[in-house]
Amino acid sequence: MDCNQVFVSKVKKVIVVFTLLIAFFSIKVNAFAQVDSAVVPVDSVVAKSAEAVSGEHGVVEHGKEKFEPTKVIMEHIADSHMWHFWGHTSMPLPVILYTANGIEFFSSGHFHHGKEDYNGTHNTYRLVEDQIKVVGTDGSIDEVASKSILDFSITKNVAAMFIAIAFILIIFISVAGTYRKRIGKAPKGLQSFIEPIIVFVRDDIAKPNIGHKYAKFMPYLLTTFFFILFNNVLGLIPIFPGGANVTGNIALTFVMALGTMIIVNINGNKYYWKHIFKPDVPFWLYPIMIPVELIGIISKPFALMIRLFANITAGHIIVLSLISLIFIFETLWISPVSIAFVIFMDVLELLVAFLQAFIFTLLTALFIGMAVEEHH
Amino acid sequence: MNPLVLPSIGLVFWTSIAFICLLIILRKFAWKPILGAIHEREQSIDEALNKAELAKQEMTRLTSQNQDLMQQARAERDEILKEAKTLKDGILNEAKKQAQVEGAKLIEKAKIEIENQKKAALAEVKDQVSSLSLEIAERVLRTQLDDKTKQEALVANLLKDVELN
Repeated sequence: MDCNQVFVSKVKKVIVVFTLLIAFFSIKVNAFAQVDSAVVPVDSVVAKSAEAVSGEHGVVEHGKEKFEPTKVIMEHIADSHMWHFWGHTSMPLPVILYTANGIEFFSSGHFHHGKEDYNGTHNTYRLVEDQIKVVGTDGSIDEVASKSILDFSITKNVAAMFIAIAFILIIFISVAGTYRKRIGKAPKGLQSFIEPIIVFVRDDIAKPNIGHKYAKFMPYLLTTFFFILFNNVLGLIPIFPGGANVTGNIALTFVMALGTMIIVNINGNKYYWKHIFKPDVPFWLYPIMIPVELIGIISKPFALMIRLFANITAGHIIVLSLISLIFIFETLWISPVSIAFVIFMDVLELLVAFLQAFIFTLLTALFIGMAVEEHH
Repeated sequence: MNPLVLPSIGLVFWTSIAFICLLIILRKFAWKPILGAIHEREQSIDEALNKAELAKQEMTRLTSQNQDLMQQARAERDEILKEAKTLKDGILNEAKKQAQVEGAKLIEKAKIEIENQKKAALAEVKDQVSSLSLEIAERVLRTQLDDKTKQEALVANLLKDVELN
């Protein structure tokens, strides 16, 4: 299926970028090594002692500041209990934990970036690599108890999603108000920006793929389209209201794909189910065909889930990698190159933001269309 | 497994709730009025376009009708003119004929008159001639009869005539 293709191509992209990063790294290390080896023969004793001193010093100093691009990038694209703004400024977010003894509710600010434990009502908690763990009585992490708690915190992604939803609600409800006020008149302002997109979703996504029953699915398709679009676009903004990798998180794409799967299978008519359980093939092929069709039910939304997740995550990784170049080379002179590439990638990601919202909606419409098709 | 591809329960939960709420709210407060309004407007535009098309057809129909009427009127006018011309010609011819007849009559009358006048004139001339001859004769006689002998001769002559008769 094309999902694999897309995923593979994205993974390749990521691999290429990482390979390049590693290549830069090794070149730098080699260069230093060569310099060192050239220096050593001249005055080996002095050099070695000096190296040892500076090395020790370097470990102490650079150990704190040592830049690890993979770690930084993963931190940025992963979910977090804090909303990091800049430097040491970050916004604590509420933590909600479901434990066997009851629900815990506190601010993630109590962890002080993982430096301190928090004594909750039922347990003591510690933040380890942005995961909340239960601390046992002996001061070490109790893995069994940690597995049993469920983390329903308002994380950075959840908060970013709520912000996107707030934007969507404000924009669309106000636009709906404009429609009520200006009945039968030409669109104006925000309305004329939104209307072509709505008409596009209706005329180019829903109608050709679903057919005359399209009206029933319009709310779902439109909500999906704008939800993904707003989250994608907000994810591209590096500062506060955006910056979270919401649509590049597999949990969100999982929910979206699950929604599509449910809608498709609830609305599947008898032809759809006949196609799965009694396909038009010789009966002895049934043992192969029926499992294949059943896997198809899962694999189609699975493709949706992976496609959106991989596209957005890959975009974020590439942009962050390009920014990381500045810190890897430890020079400002590389920044024009980085910024030029980042601008290029951002423009590309803007296209991808629209494209992925479009593709997700289009394929959802296509699957719905296949499920509600009347004749064969 | 990489935590990147491991959906966390919290985000799944919040996304589900948020998305379902968003879907319900938007369906009620946004999509229904927006799609309804767009649909209505499209219909009204379609209707207006259809109406315009009809009006255009009506227009062309009226124009052609007008043209027909004009043509008809022109033809009628031509006919009337033609008729008038023939009528005029007829009247003229008749008048001419009548004039000719009248003229002929007048000429005839004039001729008769002339004839009459001529006769009268001739008669008068005859009278005058006879009276003049008588006068001349008288004068002649008078001059001749001054003499006695001559008178006698005349009488004798006259008598001779009478005797002959």
